[in-house]
Amino acid sequence: MDIHEHQAKEILAGFGVPVPRGGVAYSPEQAGYRARELGGEAWVVKAQIHSGGRGEAGGVKLCKTEEEVRDYAATLFGKQLVTKQTGAAGKGVYRLWVEEASDIQQELYLGFVLDRKSERIMIVASSHGGMEIEDLAEKDPDSLRRMIIDPAVGLAGYQARELAFALGLSGGQIAQMVNVLNACYRAYRDLDAFMVEINPLVIRASGDLVALDAKMSFDTNALYRRPDVAALRDPSQEDPREAMAADHGLAYVGLDGDIGCIINGAGLAMATMDMIKLAGGEPANFLDIGGGASPERVCTAFRTVLSDPNVGVILVNIFAGINRCDWIANGVIQAYRDIGLDLPVIVRLAGTNVQEGKALLETSGLPIIATDTLAEAAEAAVSLRRQNAAA
Amino acid sequence: MAILIDETTPVLVQGISGRIGQFHAAEMIEHNTNVVAGVTPGKGGSRILDRPVFNTVREAVEATGAQASVMFVPPPFAADAMMEAADAGIQTAVCVADGIPAQDMMRVKRFLRRYPRHRKMRLIGPNCAGVISPGRGFMGIMPPHIYTPGRVGIVGRSGTLGYEAASQMKALGIGVSTSVGIGGDPINGASFRDILELFEADPDTDAVMMIGEIGGPQEAEAAAFVRDHMSKPVVAYVAGLSAPKGRQMGHAGAIISAFGESAQEKVEMLNAVGITVAPNPSAMGATVAEVLQGRHAA
Repeated sequence: MDIHEHQAKEILAGFGVPVPRGGVAYSPEQAGYRARELGGEAWVVKAQIHSGGRGEAGGVKLCKTEEEVRDYAATLFGKQLVTKQTGAAGKGVYRLWVEEASDIQQELYLGFVLDRKSERIMIVASSHGGMEIEDLAEKDPDSLRRMIIDPAVGLAGYQARELAFALGLSGGQIAQMVNVLNACYRAYRDLDAFMVEINPLVIRASGDLVALDAKMSFDTNALYRRPDVAALRDPSQEDPREAMAADHGLAYVGLDGDIGCIINGAGLAMATMDMIKLAGGEPANFLDIGGGASPERVCTAFRTVLSDPNVGVILVNIFAGINRCDWIANGVIQAYRDIGLDLPVIVRLAGTNVQEGKALLETSGLPIIATDTLAEAAEAAVSLRRQNAAA
Repeated sequence: MAILIDETTPVLVQGISGRIGQFHAAEMIEHNTNVVAGVTPGKGGSRILDRPVFNTVREAVEATGAQASVMFVPPPFAADAMMEAADAGIQTAVCVADGIPAQDMMRVKRFLRRYPRHRKMRLIGPNCAGVISPGRGFMGIMPPHIYTPGRVGIVGRSGTLGYEAASQMKALGIGVSTSVGIGGDPINGASFRDILELFEADPDTDAVMMIGEIGGPQEAEAAAFVRDHMSKPVVAYVAGLSAPKGRQMGHAGAIISAFGESAQEKVEMLNAVGITVAPNPSAMGATVAEVLQGRHAA
């Protein structure tokens, strides 16, 4: 789960990371008020959306007067900001962050991630911050410093000092950097984060370190024990279909194709999408219906898939272990009746109670195309989609 | 003896009194599994499915000599259940739960390192279908009837894709020695490499079908192991050729976030060490058949 920059800054500040003074605004007037409240002669106005690359997309501006702050804010509110990470639809701007301008001497990169190789939290840092980590890894890999933290010990003082010196810091900056590293580690650990990123971490003209930008994402599996973090969820930044699916316990990812997919198991779902692609089609979505799927859940899956207007045919592929093919078949039949489905549906059933499931589909009298194998199902879906598209 | 479980392995069921635990324990018993006891804190002294129930894993191990454990414990309590099993001397544990916080798994993996090698628990999962040696016993949630006993090992992240492979093989008359689901989480117990090592040493296994997916470094690690240490043929499939970068595809661990984590890159790595990669997920069984025939002909 992602949160906004201003929320990440507030959390990290609470753990002791120095951040620029600033405030949230929900209207152009409030943005102007924030600037006056902060004082000074220049402010940075930043669109708050769940995406990086906001600066290049025109979502960040240095303003010199309160009027400029208000005018710029007025252009941002309600806008769909398209960055290289958001996709063509962009993400809606409904809140801004106004902060004091910083006099930047140097930009550093600092990230905390889950390293799957060591199965531990890893720090990644560079003395060349400001660009995306992917670009940094490509253009300047030698500047990257990595450090792995033993979960039983935590971040050791010597590790933090080594990193601070390796980044070329000196004097009082060493103690400041050790403080920032410890604070980020504690925030990561105590709040079940997946990622903490400060990019850039800047050295101001005064020589002091400050987090100019901050990004945090969290382990959704741990939200049950982090209610304060769970409360920061912002549905305006989510794909409404994915949010609706998640609320019903379905894993759904929208894609660009036109063949809707309803499958049990993440691996089988990915494999079915691969099969569609190899057969010459394009999947409209990933959807894992999960174990123990009731007819109601099958219906919800149909509604979710159908909410994508591109979908022209639906492929249901179930290999029932703890699921039961007869429940799935009943769900498909119920979906036809309740939703008034008028698209072709291809169903492939295998595993527990497969004969009962097939019999239910056959006797239903509905135009369901039953197939026995994964390949047949994918090929049938692709050829049907072609026929319909041509008609 | 196949790997990890056979008809003699004394198995414990942690969480046996729950609806799900009891359902699957009954399935396991019906399919020849030597289930010796259950554990549910507070239910010690009772009997479920005609097996004794204990309050702690330690008591159950002392009373019954259980060597393996399968846990049907909700995600918030699963890490603790794994550590309890490890400390009580369980040798093989299967954790099915999907939704365990990653930092809990980080602690579990660190905890397991406190034991010397001969006494270290082998953890399968979490977020997995379990382990089955067809006809001889299983620990998990898979439908046992889709497997035929035989001499090909299966190891995969995904449960249902493992079923798909087993049924394609069954349709071609190819049986399975043991099938292992290692689970879809970013931090898991046994890796592909660990299970390949067991299959390589198992006299009842002739070849291995390995089913990978996007995300993580374990297929690359497995490729290096196959190159350096395996004499038995390995067939592979990697799911997620059509998965976009940076999006989580169902499994918490199925996300392309670093170099070498896409399906295409993994297929190249596996091909490079001589592993036969099935061209599509519908050809897993046929590819195993070809490799087995080629081997007999040679």
